[in-house]
Amino acid sequence: MKKINRYIGVSLCIFLCACTSAPPEVNVYSYRKESLIKPLLDQFTQDTGIQVNLVTGKADVLFQRLKSEGENTPADLLLTVDAGRLYRAKQAELLQAIDSTVLTETVPVNLRDPDNQWFGLSYRARVIMYNKSKVKPEELADYEDLTDEKWRGRLCVRSSGNIYNQSLLASIIAHLGESGAAAWSEGVVKNFARPPKGNDRSQMSGAAVGECDIAIANTYYLANWLQSDKPQETEMAAQLGVLFPNQNNRGTHINISGAGVTRHAKNPANAIKLLEYLVSDKAQEWYANTNNEYPVKESINVSPTIKSWGYPFKADTLNLNELGTLNATAVKIFDLTGWK
Amino acid sequence: MNLAAAHNWAHRRFFRWNSWITGSALLAFIISLPLLTIISFLFAPAGEVWQHLADTVLKDYVRNSIVLMLGVGAISVFLGVTTAWLTSMCDFNGRKTLEWALLLPLAAPAYIVAFTYAGLLDPAGIIQTSLRELFGWEYGDYWFPEIRSIPGAILILSLVLYPYVYMLARAAFLSQSVCVLEVSRSLGCGPWRTFITIALPLARPAIAAGLTLVSMEALADYGTVQFLGVSTFTTGIFRTWFGLGDTAAAAQLATLLMGFIFALVLLERVSRRGARYYHTSNKYSRLPRYVLKNSRQWLALIYCMLPLTLGFLIPLGQLLLWAVETYDKMLNTQFIFLVWNSLWLAGATALIAVAVAVFLSYAQRQQPTFSVRMLVKLTGMGYAVPGAVIAVGVMIIAGWLDNRITSWSTLMLSGSFTALIFTYLVRFLSISLQNVDAGLSKVKPSMDDAAKALGHPTLQVIKNIHLPIMRGTILTALLLVFVDVLKELPATLVMRPFNFNTLAVRTYELASDERLADASTAGLAIVLTGIIPVILLSRSISRSRPGQTAVPKKYVTA
Repeated sequence: MKKINRYIGVSLCIFLCACTSAPPEVNVYSYRKESLIKPLLDQFTQDTGIQVNLVTGKADVLFQRLKSEGENTPADLLLTVDAGRLYRAKQAELLQAIDSTVLTETVPVNLRDPDNQWFGLSYRARVIMYNKSKVKPEELADYEDLTDEKWRGRLCVRSSGNIYNQSLLASIIAHLGESGAAAWSEGVVKNFARPPKGNDRSQMSGAAVGECDIAIANTYYLANWLQSDKPQETEMAAQLGVLFPNQNNRGTHINISGAGVTRHAKNPANAIKLLEYLVSDKAQEWYANTNNEYPVKESINVSPTIKSWGYPFKADTLNLNELGTLNATAVKIFDLTGWK
Repeated sequence: MNLAAAHNWAHRRFFRWNSWITGSALLAFIISLPLLTIISFLFAPAGEVWQHLADTVLKDYVRNSIVLMLGVGAISVFLGVTTAWLTSMCDFNGRKTLEWALLLPLAAPAYIVAFTYAGLLDPAGIIQTSLRELFGWEYGDYWFPEIRSIPGAILILSLVLYPYVYMLARAAFLSQSVCVLEVSRSLGCGPWRTFITIALPLARPAIAAGLTLVSMEALADYGTVQFLGVSTFTTGIFRTWFGLGDTAAAAQLATLLMGFIFALVLLERVSRRGARYYHTSNKYSRLPRYVLKNSRQWLALIYCMLPLTLGFLIPLGQLLLWAVETYDKMLNTQFIFLVWNSLWLAGATALIAVAVAVFLSYAQRQQPTFSVRMLVKLTGMGYAVPGAVIAVGVMIIAGWLDNRITSWSTLMLSGSFTALIFTYLVRFLSISLQNVDAGLSKVKPSMDDAAKALGHPTLQVIKNIHLPIMRGTILTALLLVFVDVLKELPATLVMRPFNFNTLAVRTYELASDERLADASTAGLAIVLTGIIPVILLSRSISRSRPGQTAVPKKYVTA
C-alpha cells in the first residue's frame, strides 16, 4: 500500500513539475484568417520557442467571446484587420496599455492608439480601381468625385455591411461632417451599376468584365490577382488601373491590421514579444511581400507590384480611433441613404 | 394487502409522473437557457435604434425574410412531395438509385453550393465568359439570370433543403396502410386522385414537419444570404449588433424572429386541431407500384434527376474540378485531423441529441399535458435561430459560470468542447426531436395497452415493442444531426478551442477569401463524408415500410 502511495506521490510530482515547466506560450484571438497569419506565427515559434495557440473567427462574435470570458479569458493578444474593432475593444476595457519602446518607435503615431493600447502592424489603402479601356485616370481625383453624375450606373461597391466601407464613410464623416457624408453616400448610391453584392474582388471583376467602369476596393486584392497563377485572374487584373484618391488634399483613406494585449492576459510578456516580433524587419517584409499590404515600418520596401502604383502615396492621417467612434453613425447614414 | 398494492401503485404512478415532468422541465430549462439569455435583452432599453430601424431597413428585412421563407418552403414542398410520391408509389427505370440519391443534396452545405454557383454564374464566371467569347458579346448585350439575388437565394436554399420534405414525405407514403390505398383504388380512384385525396392528407403531418424544418432553416440561414447579398432578418441582426453596436436591439430582433417561428409552429398545430393520425389496420402487404411506361417513364426520370443534378451533381462537379487543381497542396497530415475533428464532434453531438430527444418524446407521450408539450416545443426553438446568436447566448452563460467557479476550479467552460457541443445541441435538437417524436407516434397507444394488459412491465414494452418500431427513425435522427453538425459553421468558428479546426471552418476561411479552388478539397470532404450517413439514412427509410422487413423476426414467428 505504501509503495503505491509512493508511486502516486512520485508521478504526481512529475506531473506537477511538467505543468510548471510547460513550454512558454501565448494565446491569440485573431480576426485575421489563419492562412494570412499562421506562417508568421510559426516563424515566431521557431525563432523564440514560444508556442502560439490560435483561434480565428468572425471579428464581432470573437469579441463577444473575449467580453463574456472577462477575467478568465485565456487570450493574451487580440489581432484584428481594422482599427474600429480595436477601438471597440479598448472602449470595453478589454485591452491594456503597453510600454514598449520598440513598438512606439516603430509604429507611426496615427497608426496606434494614443494610450498605447493597440498598435497597427500593417496598413491597407482603399482606392478607386478603374477599367483602363473605359476610364482615363484624369477623370477623377477624389472620393468626392464618385458622386458626379457622369458616373451614373458605372460604379461597383460592396455592401455597407462591410467594415471597410463603414470605416471609409466614418473617415468621410470626420472630414465632411454628417450631412456632407450623407450627401456623399446618397450620390454614390445613385451611381451604383448594380445593387451591392460580393466582396472587393467581386467589384473588381465587375469593373474588369464591364458590369461597371469603376470600383472601390483595397489594393492587396489586385496585387494578389496580378501574382496569381490563374490566367483568368491575371487577365482581369491587367484591365484595371489604380487611383489613390484625395492626393491633393487629406490623403487616401487607410485602415490597419493591428493588435492589442488583452487586459487579463496570462502571458503578457510573451504577447508583447509577439507584438514586437510582428513589427520586426522580417515580419514587416512578410506583410509587404506575401500579403501585399503596406508595412508600418517605413524602412521596409513594399513589393514591386505595389510600388508600381505609386509609393509612398499620401495617406489620410486621421487618428484611426475616430473610425471606431463614428462607426455606428456611418451605418445609420448608409441605412438612411439606401446603401444596401 | 390490497391497500398496500394500491399504495404502491399510486406511489409509483406519482413518482413517474414527477420524474417525467421535472426531467423535461430541467432539460428544457438548460437547453433554452441560451435563448432565454437572448430574450432577456427584451428588458434592455434600445429605443433610438429601433426608431432608426423602423424608419429605414426593417421593412426590407421582414419582407425579404418572409419572401425567402415562403419561396423556399413552397419549392421544397413541391419538389420533396412529388419526388417522394414518384419514387415510393411508381416504378420506372432508375427509381432504385433515385430513392437514395435524391437525399444527396442534404450532404452539401448551402453556403458551399452558393459559392460554386456564384463561381459558375457570375459575370466573370466560366459560363458568362464563354458566352461572351463565343458570340463576341460585351457585358450587358445579353440577359442573364442574377444568382446574387432573392430568387437565386430561394433556389439554392430549396435545392439543398427539399430532401427534408422528401425524406419525411417518403417515409409517410411508405408507411401508409396499404388497405387505405387499396380501398381507394378499388373505389376507382386513379393514381392522381389517390395521391391528392388520400395519400397527401394522410402524409400531412410528415410534410408539415418537413416544411417546418425547411422554413426554420431558411429563416436562420446567414452564410448563404450574406454571400448572395440578400439582406434578411438574420443579416439585419448582425448589422444592428456589430455595425450599430447595439447588442440589445440585435437581441430583440432575434427574439422577434423566435416569436415568429413559435407562432408558425403553433399555427400548424392548431390547423391540425389536435388530430392524430394512427393507422388502425394491421394488415400490411406489398402494394403494387404504378408501373410507368414509355414517355412517362422518361418524364419521371428526368423530373427526379432535376433537383439531384442542380442541388448536388453540378456543385459536386465544380468542387471536383477545383479540387483536381489544388488537392496536392491541401491534402496533408493536417487534413486528417480536420476530418477526424469534424467526425467526432458530429458523432458525439448526434448521440447526445438523440438521447435527449428520446427522453423528451417519452415525457410528452407519458404526460401529454399542455405544459409538457410547450416545454418540449421550447427546446426545439434553437433551430430557427442563427448559430452565431445561439453561440453568443452560450458564451454569455459560460463566461458567467466560469467567473463564478473560478475560485475553486481552473476548468473553463468557455472555449471548451462541452460548450461547443452544447451549442450544437441547442441548435439541432429540433431535428432529432421531430424524428424521434414521429417514430414514437407510430407506436399506437393500443399496442401499449395490449402489452400492458398482457402484464408486460414498461421497460419490456419499450425494449420489445417501441425500440424495434422506432429504430429507423432513431437512426434517421442520429444521421441528420450528424450531417448538420458536420456542416455547421458560425458557432464552431467562434467557440472552438485553441488550434482546433474542422472541415467546415477550413472551407469557410478559404472560400470567404474567394479562394474557392483552395477551399474545394475541404468542401468536397464535407460532402463526401456527408454522403455516407445520407445513404444509410435512405436505406433505413426504404426498409421502414411495415410488412416488408421492419418487423423483427421473432414477432413474425410468435
